[in-house]
Amino acid sequence: MKKLINKPEDVVREELEGIAYAHSDLVKVHYNPNFIVRADAPIKDKVGVISGGGSGHEPMHGGFVGMGMLDAACPGAVFTSPTPDQMLEATKAVNGGAGVLHIVKNYTGDIMNFEMAADLARAEGLEVEAVVTDDDVAVKDSLYTAGRRGVGVTVLAEKLCGAAAEQKRSLKEVADVCRKAKGLGRSMGMALTSCTVPHVGKPTFDLPEDQMEIGIGIHGEPGRTRMSIKPADEVVEMLMEPILNDIPYKKGDEVLLFVNGMGGTPLLELYIMYRKAYEIAEKFGVKVVRNLIGPYITSLEMAGASITVLKMDDEMLKLWDAPVKTPGLRWGV
Amino acid sequence: MSITRDDALNWVKAIASVLGENSAYLTQLDAAIGDADHGVNMDRGFKAVMNKVPEISDKDIGTMFKTIGMTLISTVGGAGGPLYGTFFLQAGLKTAGKMELNLVDWTDALDAALSGVVMRGKAELGDKTMVDALTPAVAALKQSIPEGQPINKALELSAEAAKKGMEGTIPLVARKGRASYLGERSAGHQDPGATSSYLILQAAADTWKDIAS
Repeated sequence: MKKLINKPEDVVREELEGIAYAHSDLVKVHYNPNFIVRADAPIKDKVGVISGGGSGHEPMHGGFVGMGMLDAACPGAVFTSPTPDQMLEATKAVNGGAGVLHIVKNYTGDIMNFEMAADLARAEGLEVEAVVTDDDVAVKDSLYTAGRRGVGVTVLAEKLCGAAAEQKRSLKEVADVCRKAKGLGRSMGMALTSCTVPHVGKPTFDLPEDQMEIGIGIHGEPGRTRMSIKPADEVVEMLMEPILNDIPYKKGDEVLLFVNGMGGTPLLELYIMYRKAYEIAEKFGVKVVRNLIGPYITSLEMAGASITVLKMDDEMLKLWDAPVKTPGLRWGV
Repeated sequence: MSITRDDALNWVKAIASVLGENSAYLTQLDAAIGDADHGVNMDRGFKAVMNKVPEISDKDIGTMFKTIGMTLISTVGGAGGPLYGTFFLQAGLKTAGKMELNLVDWTDALDAALSGVVMRGKAELGDKTMVDALTPAVAALKQSIPEGQPINKALELSAEAAKKGMEGTIPLVARKGRASYLGERSAGHQDPGATSSYLILQAAADTWKDIAS
């Protein structure tokens, strides 16, 4: 294992210390339990929006704490859901009296820990709603699985909900924005290499030099199929086809196209993928009106990418364009 | 003879030790069908539990178990934290105020623990989860009571049943948790959660092997 770390057991703590030094104008870092919170939280009469998940997906979620996006983020150990005490304390720290929205990615551990946290928060008299993102079309959604994984739409939903909360909308209205994004967005990813969890010390899975995995999850969970590496254009077709066929998109629909790097893939390659994804979308008849390209929901040093398509309407476009000021996303300010 | 407070504490210490020894093994099982963190997470949780030993060693068994549950919930994370946290919380509620446990008490505690896990994880028998090890173990205990088995024998039977249940997860296709994303590809691997459940119950049988009646 070659990593720029000190000790595996210290990675999350030391990352948080770095974030605290780097972004003290935007966020405060709270330790034991660990969470990153907006420097100006709680904001009176504003719905608090929080998320959380295992570390190793940076900038998600901690990099999205700030004006116009998340009020707090709870980082767990690498690839491990955070614990209810973190979420409970973060919920209390951002509660400005208008309630708190939990944006939860659909993983068994995340769901259970957030459910326990919401129960505890409600027991203390706080108003909490939770919305679960589950946009990964690589997973068959049936009674016989844990359901689709929450991936790229989570980042987009955090931006949209943060903007809605900034407008002092009610908890139900902010949660409705999240439910809308969840309903209108779909994603799929692929990997060229595995990744190594620091405390494990060896790659999570073996992927031979000439192979790739289509439908990979953000923790290295295996995908739909493994096959020999294909040119970028063919890979993009393999990702776009299931996405575009999962929601009944109509010709003329406007979409946001998000090409996300898994951590080890350069922007050069992400733009090559964006180019092809854009052409496929246009050919299909949907209009790409916004985009996001870069490593926003990563899987440590994994090489690979995911594509997310989110159908937009006027309200969502306004929320997307609204000012945001976080370490990981910043515009309009 | 019954399971005393000291016996219960020794079981907890034995769990911490056995999960520490098997941390890499559990993580390796998890890497095959999950996300390669189960062993590390459980080890971290029970190390935190060991730090609580000074404050729980003079408490009743129910308080002991509840404290363990709360500690696991706040330190393990993943799915294991809420599930094993609930396991010990429910066992603690069932044994509240008790300074010792007979076979019926232990069976009731484990039965409540299992119900808590099922409620929290919404898993059923055969979903390839820890429920597959715990369910036969509880059934074996329940059967031991009318048979008049001594405690140590009943514990041995329940650990054996858990082991069989754990091994029985190998051919199963996972329906819950991250392993379910694999679909058919999850078959052929032993479930890490069922494995840690077995280790915990085997630790009980080993620690309490001299408690006869």
